[in-house]
Amino acid sequence: MTRLWSRLVQIAFLALLLLLWLLATRVEGVNRILLPDPADVWHQFVDVISSGAFIPDLRVTLGELAVAFVISMSLGVSLGYLISRSRFLIKVFEPLLAAIYAIPIILFLPLYVLLLGLGPDSKIALGATISFFPIVLSTIAGFGYVDRRYVTAARSMGANDLQMFRYVLLPAALPVILAGLRMGFTVALLSVIASETIASFAGLGHHIVDLAENMDTARMFAYIVFVIAIVVFLNTVMSKLEGRARWR
Amino acid sequence: MAVIRTDAARPTAPVAPGLWQRLAGRPGVARLGVVILLLLIWEIAARFLLDRDFISPPSVVLISLGDLFATPGVLSALWLTLYEIAVAFVIAVIMGAGIGLAVGLSRFAHQSFMPIVLLLYGIPQITILPIFVLIFGIGAPSKIAFGVSHGMFPIMIAVVAGVQKIEPVFFVSARSMGASRGQLLRHVIFPHMIPSFFTGMRLGMSGVLLGVLLAELYVSTGGIGYFTSIFSQNFDATKLIGLVSMLAVIAIALNEIVRRAELHYARWRD
Repeated sequence: MTRLWSRLVQIAFLALLLLLWLLATRVEGVNRILLPDPADVWHQFVDVISSGAFIPDLRVTLGELAVAFVISMSLGVSLGYLISRSRFLIKVFEPLLAAIYAIPIILFLPLYVLLLGLGPDSKIALGATISFFPIVLSTIAGFGYVDRRYVTAARSMGANDLQMFRYVLLPAALPVILAGLRMGFTVALLSVIASETIASFAGLGHHIVDLAENMDTARMFAYIVFVIAIVVFLNTVMSKLEGRARWR
Repeated sequence: MAVIRTDAARPTAPVAPGLWQRLAGRPGVARLGVVILLLLIWEIAARFLLDRDFISPPSVVLISLGDLFATPGVLSALWLTLYEIAVAFVIAVIMGAGIGLAVGLSRFAHQSFMPIVLLLYGIPQITILPIFVLIFGIGAPSKIAFGVSHGMFPIMIAVVAGVQKIEPVFFVSARSMGASRGQLLRHVIFPHMIPSFFTGMRLGMSGVLLGVLLAELYVSTGGIGYFTSIFSQNFDATKLIGLVSMLAVIAIALNEIVRRAELHYARWRD
């Protein structure tokens, strides 16, 4: 019963927001450049989807994301594995990596733009840098803290290095690493869009800024909704993939 | 840049031959070595391999820090950015704790509004940055607002989680001893909420830093974002790296303050 009421409150809350939006634009006459008419936004949204105008920008963003993620994944997992092989190396590197991870790495974007230009390279570099840290840290956590008893048991049963990796280390570490990879993917996507928003020639983030600078607010709102949908969709896909890989 | 733990102060084993074995007892020393090695690589690469217009060796950056601060406007830009961060953090804490308490304290409010909070938290906020600038202008208010919107959700969620964790028996016993709603807040809810509140503040601080810096880098008239774009356009790599390093130091210091506060207050006290 209360569950039903909660649903009603949620729907009422969202309806109230929409009503306020309608009132603000139609009755109060808030400037259309600040707040577009909901109907206009809807028409623009339909137009963005049906005209396929988003395809070039989407391709740019996804391309940058793919390269950035492949770089950070291969570097993060391999370096993380190497570090995790020795207790000493873990003690040396883990606090260092965690300390750098605590800095808002978006600060490096101006340096990357200066070094690599306004094109895709600086976005790839930023995305790879930001996503490297969760991936390497989770790989260290995954491989570095496998229960000693499993390792000893496998050794005493005569497992060689390959078998040890395949049957003991990997199954124990995989869930942690997968969680790190999913997190790395999310931050890589967000930082690619962020760096497109801040300084670029193309991409989804760039397109939103372009519309904002042209004061085409209705289309900008529509485009923002579209980009949010893309981000949420990709994150959901990654979560599903993670869940699947975990179960195997 | 690195946070060096004091592991190095630990006494070495009585039998301590060989450099490697001695090093193995002191990860802190080795960590310092790694940092120095990385700085050396950077120094050599910047001096001999790369174009000086685009990157500057760390020694030059360090020596020219004085020049950076002497550049008219840089110091006030740093202060402005700090001010934006401070104001945004205070507002984020007040709003986060207020809404968190309101949502967390009633079962019904939790059921109704928590999904909406999580839905809003899931939005990639960078996409709506241009809207913030449209509404709040290109000055400090848009940075503060964007910082607040990044910082308040983690605080809210931590406060809700903290309130939810309080055992119902405490409420029942306080009520049965005749506690009023105000006394309940003061003596039951606040003391139990403190650990998660400080955890929320730490996460909120990283959110505020991210939000303010993103908005600064996007468009800025007097904050550090203005100078990062000026230095980039003039290919003044030395000053750019100096400024970014200063900001990194500020970010580390602010993160460290809230982390210490969390360690201090989040301990369970009887």
